[in-house]
Amino acid sequence: MSALTVLYECQGIVPALILSATGVVILLLDAFSPLGRKGRLGAVAVTGTVFALGSLAVAPSGAEFFHGMVVWDRFSVFLSAVLMVGALLVFFLSFDPLRRSGLECGEYYALVLFATTGMILMVQAAHFIMLFLGLEIFSIAIYILVGMPRHEKRANEAALKYVLLGGFASGFLLYGLTFIYGATGSLSMSVMAAQLGKADAVFNSYLLFGSALVLAGFAFKLALVPFHLWTPDVYEGAPTPITAYMAVGVKAAVFGALVRTFWVALPTVHPHWAVFFWALAAVTMTVGNLMALAQESVKRMLAFSSIAHAGYLFVAVVADSKEGLTALLVYLLAYTVMNVGAFGVMVAVQNRQESGERLEDFRGLSSRSPFLAAFMALFLFSLAGIPPTAGFVGKFMVFSAAVQSGYTWLVIIAVINSVIAAYYYLRVVIMVYRPGEEAAAEDPASEAARLSAGERGALFGAGALTAVVGLWPNAFWDLARQAVHVLF
Amino acid sequence: MEPLSFPLLSTLVFLPLVGVLVLLFVDRENHAVQRWTALTVMSGGFVLALFVYAGFDPGTVAFQFEEKHTWIPGLGISYHVGIDGISLLLVMLTAFLGPICVLACWTDIRVRLKEFLVCLLFLQTGMLGVFVSLDLILFYIFWEVMLIPMALLILMWGHPARRIYAAVKFFLYTMAGSVLMLVGILVLYFYQARTTGTASFDWTTMAGLSLPFSLQLWLFLAFGLAFAIKVPMFPFHTWLPDAHTEAPTVGSVVLAAVLLKMGTYGFLRFNLPLFPDASVFFMPLMVALALVGIIYGAFMCLVQKDLKRLIAFSSVSHLGFVILGIFSFTVQGVQGGVLQMINHGLSTGALFLLVGMLYERRHTRMIADFGGLSTPVPTFTTFFMIATLASIGLPGLNGFVGEFLILLGTFHVKPVWAVLGATGVILAAWYMLWMVQRVFYGTVTHAENATLRDLVPREIGLLVPVVAMMVWIGVAPTSFLQKSEPAVQHVLKNVQESVRTAQGRSTPWMMACAAWEHLKGK
Repeated sequence: MSALTVLYECQGIVPALILSATGVVILLLDAFSPLGRKGRLGAVAVTGTVFALGSLAVAPSGAEFFHGMVVWDRFSVFLSAVLMVGALLVFFLSFDPLRRSGLECGEYYALVLFATTGMILMVQAAHFIMLFLGLEIFSIAIYILVGMPRHEKRANEAALKYVLLGGFASGFLLYGLTFIYGATGSLSMSVMAAQLGKADAVFNSYLLFGSALVLAGFAFKLALVPFHLWTPDVYEGAPTPITAYMAVGVKAAVFGALVRTFWVALPTVHPHWAVFFWALAAVTMTVGNLMALAQESVKRMLAFSSIAHAGYLFVAVVADSKEGLTALLVYLLAYTVMNVGAFGVMVAVQNRQESGERLEDFRGLSSRSPFLAAFMALFLFSLAGIPPTAGFVGKFMVFSAAVQSGYTWLVIIAVINSVIAAYYYLRVVIMVYRPGEEAAAEDPASEAARLSAGERGALFGAGALTAVVGLWPNAFWDLARQAVHVLF
Repeated sequence: MEPLSFPLLSTLVFLPLVGVLVLLFVDRENHAVQRWTALTVMSGGFVLALFVYAGFDPGTVAFQFEEKHTWIPGLGISYHVGIDGISLLLVMLTAFLGPICVLACWTDIRVRLKEFLVCLLFLQTGMLGVFVSLDLILFYIFWEVMLIPMALLILMWGHPARRIYAAVKFFLYTMAGSVLMLVGILVLYFYQARTTGTASFDWTTMAGLSLPFSLQLWLFLAFGLAFAIKVPMFPFHTWLPDAHTEAPTVGSVVLAAVLLKMGTYGFLRFNLPLFPDASVFFMPLMVALALVGIIYGAFMCLVQKDLKRLIAFSSVSHLGFVILGIFSFTVQGVQGGVLQMINHGLSTGALFLLVGMLYERRHTRMIADFGGLSTPVPTFTTFFMIATLASIGLPGLNGFVGEFLILLGTFHVKPVWAVLGATGVILAAWYMLWMVQRVFYGTVTHAENATLRDLVPREIGLLVPVVAMMVWIGVAPTSFLQKSEPAVQHVLKNVQESVRTAQGRSTPWMMACAAWEHLKGK
């Protein structure tokens, strides 16, 4: 392959290139910038991500690059946009906590950029080797990010747990891939699909076993019950902005890969797993919600609630239709903005007082800083799926796709779950708006009430998107539909 | 149809949100401006509602003031609003009570007044939206949106002792019912898409469907549960006393006067026209629950020590009448039910307002703390007496007309039901008059009560329109009834058809009823 062809092929991975180049630039700048002025690096990271996001506009649609290793289609463009929006919001969130905890260093931003690169490559993958590479790139970056506050016991524990169990997940995935390779003779998704399309009887036990292992690997990363046991501890121990990033970014990337695996590469296999998918969705949302009910720490509660949301997302996978996958994409977008928003308010509370994780820390937030309180209420109501927010639109589309495919009972389980979820979200809202704290009310123009630039960027960005997706979902739905269209 | 030049209904629905926007820019401490803003907006809404009322043509069954804009075209969701005679009356009631609610909280709410008014205005938009929506998703959105401001009203300005419990209970009960309705809406939508090929959440296209009986049964249950919780009907009523008792005065007024009507309205708008066969099938169950509600609610009233709780339980009883009227499937019964919704809004609203005024003065609502109030506060006593008499159905006041029509309609179908329902009227006279006797007559037993201040002009000013409406409806109900009659007949068309055809069909319920008739005959 001549240098010129390589350059030509590079147009297929422009966003990933921009992001990783920004990461490298940040590492270089970091070496030359004096302590205390590292905050500028965050601005570089934001700029790079904005450029990468802009480069999506010129995406060549439907083309495969590097000999069918990556594909740049509307599906990957949609998910890349979601991932980069998530990363942007997380950058804004990170400014203050990094300064406060003295963790300020270039590596943090660079690693988030590398993780995003990995995620984008994963949703772009048209070949299982590429998919695995993407998975490893972002996993390793996130292992490090989780353990970043290295003097904190909890963070160390979280990082170790995540590395060990993440290793298992990768192992399952690879082991499954070997079986699939054995059954189909290729790791390229399009070749696989062609191979399976020819065979009359696809009931091949190697293929089934392999795809089960691949599913288990994905389930680990998505924290589906019963592969979720690492989630609460890792989410709780990681720095809060990273928790937010893990909760949304990893989900979006792995769901993207899952859709490509089971709909593009192995279209004949997933009907065999329909009952299993069904059970996985039902168990995941129920267990996630029931566990979230019992939590006293808001961070842990949000960790379990993210398990429950993975369950709702999986309902869209169960639906097994174009509408279902469209709903999945819309829900991923909604989930990204509202979940980062909710974690963002938590970060802002942590910026103002010693801790901001326990339910008790949110008591009377509405009198201390009415803006934060209003944002928290917005994001939590959105997570609970109350209209007219993004969360409602996502849930509505997922449920309607599942009803359309005839999974009415699963939807009934899901809506009962969302009532359970409403209770624990409401508990936080009540704490925030708890009456009888007027004595402690401060001047609304005081220091606590004012938002810093980073907080403003993250919260207003996430809040605006939550409202816009909720009120005018049509444009996003259209984009998602076109994105799914290319897969079939 | 021709698009109207001026979107009157949308303006009416979203005007309160304009008030919210204005309020956001008013200084937190400037309570006077906040109150006047809210009052102006609510009064403006009422004036608009008067225009709607004047422009409403009672001669047609079609929806009027219709507006339709596509919203999410791919899914067939549109912004479609319009009113018929039934929703007209409820819209009028909601708009009429708007300014009265603002006046009622004039001095009552001192803490966080701005947030309070914002909640109230949001609530107004939500309630009006529910009554005018003709798209099922739009309806669902308004229905759910309204939960948040109401729960916040109870939570932040409620009675300190148990407000959190009451707010959470209210929120979860209502949500539990309505999410199942969402599933029902989706099932209905996809059934329509499969059979007719039209993908639309529009009420008007769904009303033309003829659904298979088994599907109707499930959908009736899914929708009916949401509405039964909201009404509230007998086994689902337990959130109501708590929410009412703990809510601030205005919250109780809105809850009783308008929110509960959304449940009965839902039965009329969705269950009867869309699932006529299932309505006939479940009629004995619904009537039984309504009768239990009427009598059980009345007996619960007799043992209450708290004025607000007593009035709350009386709502269970009164709303039982509305359900009884609706499920008589006769024009008189349903007309009576529609009128009774308005009546209950006026009389119970007035009673909650009055109890609120008393609470503001004495900071207690316990019946035992009062006695002989007619001497220190004669004007207050007069108003309370009128509201009480309206509530128990004295001829000449509004309550009588509604209850009479309901019992008349029910009597045509099954005299026993009317007899049982009528005991509710007698019990109402018992518990209400007994309460009045204990609170207002006799000698003043507590020294604090002797020096109570009588009503101030603002309070008289807000009560007089309510009382005037009670007398108006009581004396000349025809002008209101004729507005709703075509709509009621239209709603009943499908159901009466299936009552006729169902005579021959045997269902477990009807078999049970027939068996019972048979046994009685022997």
